[in-house]
Amino acid sequence: MTKRELVIVGGGPAGMAAALAAKESGVRDILLLERDQHLGGILNQCIHPGFGLHRFKAELTGPEYADRFIKMVKDSPEIQVSLRSFVVKLTGDKKISYLKPGALEEIEAGAIILATGCRERTREMIPIPGSRPAGIYPAGLAQKMINMEGWIPGKEAVIVGSGDIGLIMARRMVLEGMKVKAVIEIQKTSRGLVRNVVQCLEDYGIPLYLSHKITKIYGANRVEKVGVVEVDENFNEKPGTGFELSCDTVLISVGLIPENELLEMAGAAIDRVTNTPVGPEVNLTSIPGIFACGNAAKVYDLVDWVSRDSEKAGKMAAEYLGGKAL
Amino acid sequence: MSDYDVLIIGAGITGAAIARELSKFKLKILLLDKEAEPAFGVSKSNSGIIHAGTQNPPGSLKGRLCVEGNRLMREEMAKDLGLHFIQCGQLIVIFDLKDLPELEKIRLEGETLGVEDLRIVDRLWLNAHEPGLGPEVQAALYVPSAGIISPYRFVYALVENAVRNGVELKTSHKVTAIKRLKGGEPGFEVTAARQVFRTRFLVNAAGLFADEVSALAGGADFKITPRKGEEYLLDKKREHIANHIIFPLPTPDSKGILIIRTSDGNPMIGPTAHATEDKGDLSTTDEGLAEVLAGARRMMPTISKSDIIAYFSGLRPVCGHDFIIRHEDKAPGLVNVAGIQSPGLTAAPAIANHARDILADNGLELIPRKDFHRNREKPVHLLQIPLSKTRELIKKEPAYGDIVCRCEMVSAQEIRDAIKRGARTLDGVKFRTRAQSGRCHGGFCTTRIVKIMQEELGLPVEEITKRGPGSELIMDERK
Repeated sequence: MTKRELVIVGGGPAGMAAALAAKESGVRDILLLERDQHLGGILNQCIHPGFGLHRFKAELTGPEYADRFIKMVKDSPEIQVSLRSFVVKLTGDKKISYLKPGALEEIEAGAIILATGCRERTREMIPIPGSRPAGIYPAGLAQKMINMEGWIPGKEAVIVGSGDIGLIMARRMVLEGMKVKAVIEIQKTSRGLVRNVVQCLEDYGIPLYLSHKITKIYGANRVEKVGVVEVDENFNEKPGTGFELSCDTVLISVGLIPENELLEMAGAAIDRVTNTPVGPEVNLTSIPGIFACGNAAKVYDLVDWVSRDSEKAGKMAAEYLGGKAL
Repeated sequence: MSDYDVLIIGAGITGAAIARELSKFKLKILLLDKEAEPAFGVSKSNSGIIHAGTQNPPGSLKGRLCVEGNRLMREEMAKDLGLHFIQCGQLIVIFDLKDLPELEKIRLEGETLGVEDLRIVDRLWLNAHEPGLGPEVQAALYVPSAGIISPYRFVYALVENAVRNGVELKTSHKVTAIKRLKGGEPGFEVTAARQVFRTRFLVNAAGLFADEVSALAGGADFKITPRKGEEYLLDKKREHIANHIIFPLPTPDSKGILIIRTSDGNPMIGPTAHATEDKGDLSTTDEGLAEVLAGARRMMPTISKSDIIAYFSGLRPVCGHDFIIRHEDKAPGLVNVAGIQSPGLTAAPAIANHARDILADNGLELIPRKDFHRNREKPVHLLQIPLSKTRELIKKEPAYGDIVCRCEMVSAQEIRDAIKRGARTLDGVKFRTRAQSGRCHGGFCTTRIVKIMQEELGLPVEEITKRGPGSELIMDERK
């Protein structure tokens, strides 16, 4: 078991900002663990503009925003990056075990920052009745397929939920030659940013059905159609309002869940409803010396605010380390 | 001269168990399935319970073969085939002490069938051994020989071992015609995927379609009526919610809504039991969810809708009240193994022995093979082994340290292993490795798995499917 001063789990915008701020605050031994083969996290698949307006006073794409941080991390000898490194165990006394190709590493950390981001809520969580054919994707997975791999999932899509990723993917799929038949939102208003409703749906003539829900997904092997119905204020079906939309692809964009399974493994308190850490303020958890930042701490609308708050987490960790000898 | 001594239609649990049993003998055997991989029919939706044998009528084939299958699993199968079998025991609970005579009846019937160590336990015992039970539960019948297993990995183990011992497996081979051989020669000509296979004996283990196959072969007329069951899987965080498999008193049509420990950790609740006419109806419904939640919550009130991370439906191939396992004298050489609903998974090894004896009685010569390989190497599942063992594995094969599926901790090497053992589809990888079956449902790992499949199988991305032709994932690739 080796000793490290600060271990940060997650090399997305939150983890990188926390690492850089910890370095600025005097921490000299920082290990940044990232499970993917690149730093940058989800920003890498967000090739649309709109990032950095606050932070850099410039309109950047996701990869451009990430690159600015990646460059700073690479220029910091205090920060050691370990890619393809997957944490399998975290204890309350800050022992951390991770796997990477060819090795299992075990580390005793002075402080830990969890910047593990979030995952998408799935079709299973809504839940939508019907069959389970191919062609149903969480919107973020579809984004990764199209933007990172160049894989076009289908020809005609319906999007369930008006979260930002779903709205952005509506436009993206149209630009890739797919037809987007509708965005179906059970609430009375869109869940996404107004600018996304305007720029991603209205500008492309994609109908947004508010107060509507999917009643069923049809199709044996691949999606064939979905049933849609209008709902009342209690989300119950309004009789006689049902209709069907044929499609071969369904994207699910119904929100994000912070990924705090590691924190839970360490024994920290987790809010059962939001899956976020219970702590006196953002970035703090119920275990001294273990911090959480970025989308793992709470779901943010803008990456600019993730960077800002995660820098605070880096400073907090530095202060914690300064107050106690290793 | 026939191409094969025995042709088995259906590579679900029944056909797989029969193939593996017959592979002990000097026989030429062909195992056909219409789906892209074994276990993609009835077996994939099985609850994974290895029943003790209770809740079956005395004198039934079901009861006898279930008790025997349970014994074979505990004493031979799990060890020989490297299966992750957990003998966790079962409780049949009652909500009213007035129902004690019902429990007593199940106990006596079970003992008559040969189920051992049955006993009725009171609320105090339950408080100590199953503390999560709700206040309504008054007493239970404790059935210690019951256990759990992964149903599809049981099938894959049997098929792998059968193939190792010389059985030929052909998937995506739907049988379209069966003719008796000409000139009075005993045997059949079976057409599948536009090829004709000649066989001396024909075993019909076609699950939901066994009635259609029997009719094609000129065998008995019977009708399989699917009985649908919806199942709901809970988050692995709820793994310790139950120590046993928990049943209510059975109804005439089913064993009721259960709380099922699974060998992969996620508890499962269900199944419903509703007759349907549609052999392709695998949909889940709002009503099914409500029924399952109500049934499960009565036994264990802390279960909530937000614990659910996945759901699916399965169809039981029902034909009357008992299994049909017999030689069809009007189509000599045809053995029907039909109506294999619950407890078919448990009974499968005993069904296979029974089918073997029927074939022998009707002229199949059984000469044991000296080179039969009884054992099948257990696949690596990182989640089932301690980190110290993982460290050793990684030293030998670095890709065991390359994690692809974060929710279930599945490495790139496990996915490659699964493909080497026969996985050809995304579902096949999922059933063998659990990659994509955790709480994110493949949101993070699907692209990586698809790429590994492309590398191992040498296929363009448009040909990677979820479960076979027609379920392609990607329509077009920008190059």
